[in-house]
Amino acid sequence: MNQFAGSQYVIEAIYLIASALFIFSLKWMSSPKTARHGIWAGEIGMLLAIAGTLLHHGIIDYKWIAVGLVLGSGIGIPLGMVQMTAVPQRTALSHAFGALCVTLVGTAEFYLRTPNVPRFMMSVLSMEVILGGLTFTGSLMAAGKLQEILPQRPITYKGQNLVNFLLFGVAVVSAVYLVLHPEASYLFPLILGISVVFGVLLVIPIGGADMPTVISLLNGYAGLSAAAMGFVLQNKLLIIAGALDGSSGLILSVIMSKAMNRSFTNVLFGAFGQVQAAASGGAEAKPVHSATAEESAAILSAANKVVIVPGYGMAVAQAQHKVRELYDILTKKGIDVRFAIHPVAGRMPGHMNVLLAEADIPYDRLIEMDEINGDFPQTDVALVIGANDVTNPAARSDQSSPIFGMPILDVDKAHTVMVIKRGMSPGFAGIDNPLYYLDNTLMLFGDAKQFVGAIVRELSGGH
Amino acid sequence: MGDNLIDSLFIFMLACFIGFEVIRHVSPLLHTPLMSLTNALDAIAVIGAIVMVGERKSTFATVLGTIAIVAATSNVVGGFFITDRMLKMFKSSRPNK
Repeated sequence: MNQFAGSQYVIEAIYLIASALFIFSLKWMSSPKTARHGIWAGEIGMLLAIAGTLLHHGIIDYKWIAVGLVLGSGIGIPLGMVQMTAVPQRTALSHAFGALCVTLVGTAEFYLRTPNVPRFMMSVLSMEVILGGLTFTGSLMAAGKLQEILPQRPITYKGQNLVNFLLFGVAVVSAVYLVLHPEASYLFPLILGISVVFGVLLVIPIGGADMPTVISLLNGYAGLSAAAMGFVLQNKLLIIAGALDGSSGLILSVIMSKAMNRSFTNVLFGAFGQVQAAASGGAEAKPVHSATAEESAAILSAANKVVIVPGYGMAVAQAQHKVRELYDILTKKGIDVRFAIHPVAGRMPGHMNVLLAEADIPYDRLIEMDEINGDFPQTDVALVIGANDVTNPAARSDQSSPIFGMPILDVDKAHTVMVIKRGMSPGFAGIDNPLYYLDNTLMLFGDAKQFVGAIVRELSGGH
Repeated sequence: MGDNLIDSLFIFMLACFIGFEVIRHVSPLLHTPLMSLTNALDAIAVIGAIVMVGERKSTFATVLGTIAIVAATSNVVGGFFITDRMLKMFKSSRPNK
């Protein structure tokens, strides 16, 4: 007995160290200079915690643990090697895996203990399974949408919110009943089933442009469900890690929904696509100015200050490496080139930064929206590549626009705006962009990668 | 049991505050790697699954637990791996200028 207690103290001490390392790990993420220390701290903490857990006196059989660890590593390695453009769906998938782990452990824990589950434990256990279940399927749906296995457009139907509320209500009421009457174990599969279905219904009506918020939110739920699991297992390390992950996800979703001028509930229950019919009517045949690659190259080489505004379209066209060539050639000519990053550009928080960093663009050239917006009036050329709604001046002026109030990049204040775009079709939110009809806007019609490539050729051949 | 619960709630609350403070200072540049890192850290849930599988209390628990270990381990390995790959790409223009 003493020996058991001894190993328990060792394990707790190891968990204490691991908790501290996890906090350091996140703290070092505050700057790109220290961020890689953060990974090491996290890795060491994780290794210690897993190794320490293996000392647990209750463990009598290591076979299936070993099988799980080996298989999991085998799946994890390819998941760590995906292309940077696929990072959003990989992230969504990993939220699903994390939630799956929590849900399965919660389910097994319930059936090991039923019908003698203390009330408090039953309430955290229900929270664990409800949050875990909906995060699992919700994240799978998000990953499917991002991978374009599922349609990206919001899928909506009449009474959708009512159905969702009712379902969720049934799950919560059943959970409360189960807490009060632990012998009613038949309710457990019902709670689990509803959570899983609810996760699907929750993400179905959400469109591609809202993915940054949804991914962050699911990140937060995954963390909270892990914290709930920590309560069930009385494991402090798990509570701390879950709380850290949960608060991270919630902060990111607040940042994301602020950047879209929308509330949480609006993102979850609003289904952005519904308003588009009213907004895009009657905006068809207005004249636009267009330019060729040759003309654009001439304008760019005459500029002193250029700001490039990348969006998800740049990622789709895989144009980031061509953009890097453009950056190089303009910088060599002594032109000041910076990138303006809108918080919701791309499909997850920080997506554009990663893509541009992958293309070897120095991170001190990537400027946040609030910092760069004041510089647009002194900017000679704003070059918009595959971004749309985040540059839409209607968000500032047109009260009837569905994106009115959303903070945008003020590209229209630059002396010249150049927009690379395939055609005049509206963006993901389905909203017409008045930017395209301004006198200082030049539309460069074509594929982003090819068009930037053509500009680069003109610039390198033309002097 | 009651004391444990109260202790756990205190720990949870404090960890949330630390989380909010620390994450608020993360540069928006690094939001994507932040998310993959917290994801890897969150997969610490694997320790709960390990104990459950190791104790072999029932076949049901062992099966679910083993799947849980696979899912969480893939997050640990994949999460740290991709975060590291991402962070390696972030370079400043100053040193090579």
